[in-house]
Amino acid sequence: MSDKRSEQGRVRRARHAPPGPEDHPEHHWLDDDAGPVVRPYTVTGGRARPATGALDLLAYVEALYAPEADLVSLQPEHRAILSLTRRAQSVAEIAGQLDLPIGVVRVLVGDLLQANLVSTFDADNSLNPPDENTLQAVIDGLRAL
Amino acid sequence: MVFAPSEHRRPPRALKILVAGGFGVGKTTLVGSCSEILPLQTEESMTGASIGTDDIVGVETKESTTVVMDFGRVGISDDIVLYLFGTPGQDRFWFLWDELAVGALGAVVLADTRRLADCFPSVDYFERRGTPFIVAVNCFNGEQRHTPDRVRDALDLDPHVPVVLCDARDRQSSKMVFVALIEHVMAMAR
Repeated sequence: MSDKRSEQGRVRRARHAPPGPEDHPEHHWLDDDAGPVVRPYTVTGGRARPATGALDLLAYVEALYAPEADLVSLQPEHRAILSLTRRAQSVAEIAGQLDLPIGVVRVLVGDLLQANLVSTFDADNSLNPPDENTLQAVIDGLRAL
Repeated sequence: MVFAPSEHRRPPRALKILVAGGFGVGKTTLVGSCSEILPLQTEESMTGASIGTDDIVGVETKESTTVVMDFGRVGISDDIVLYLFGTPGQDRFWFLWDELAVGALGAVVLADTRRLADCFPSVDYFERRGTPFIVAVNCFNGEQRHTPDRVRDALDLDPHVPVVLCDARDRQSSKMVFVALIEHVMAMAR
């Protein structure tokens, strides 16, 4: 898993890398340790706050449309979120899967919300603490791991 | 293409557990031994504490810094999923904890007896917030330098706070740490 991820990261970063003097397709110093070549908020056009309200880390996002839907001009990251959330996923999970900062994911999900391409709902754990049955189920599940 | 309503399923209940402790104590290992792990990037405004720590000469206008924390997911059943968040170890990321702590079921403070003082801030934080927590002593190489009671005394813990020994590299051992935490949460609720 981690190998695959770092491989993807390398490819993506190499693609964004500015052409070097000899236009090498890949520079040896542009590895994962070098960090992203494109600053994270480039993806959001510099916007740091979502157009809609803030979303909890564990709020669920669910796609209402398939990523192929040619409704508005979507960035690849928007489409990646749509395809990932065909089954509802939390904001944290989207950020982890797509290797994007949480703040960036919040802005992108805000765009999709505004365009009515996704719905979101809270996991509302703080409002309803889990009951004893739920906790016992977690204990049983962990023991069975 | 609009998805038909039948394609929407009720998502599982998400429960959040935090894994805290000093830098290099084994938080990543503990989260990773129980679940598939993804690094989670978050970025926050640079605080005064970063000045002098991060080299920002030449990028003085940079107002935020990226923090990577560990993020694990354990599917318990179709209805329940457990999320594990390894909180950033450095003091200057304290402010990140508040969001993580909201709605958290509880926390595991991972301790290394060679550097016990490293987990004082975590213990203080969860005590102050009233978040249920346990202390797990990571016994590197099966080495047990102190008994749980000595650790409890050293950390000046309330008598009801469980102290368990674990080997963060071992899945069986790690999962029992989380079991101990949830049992503690249940006992607190009674």
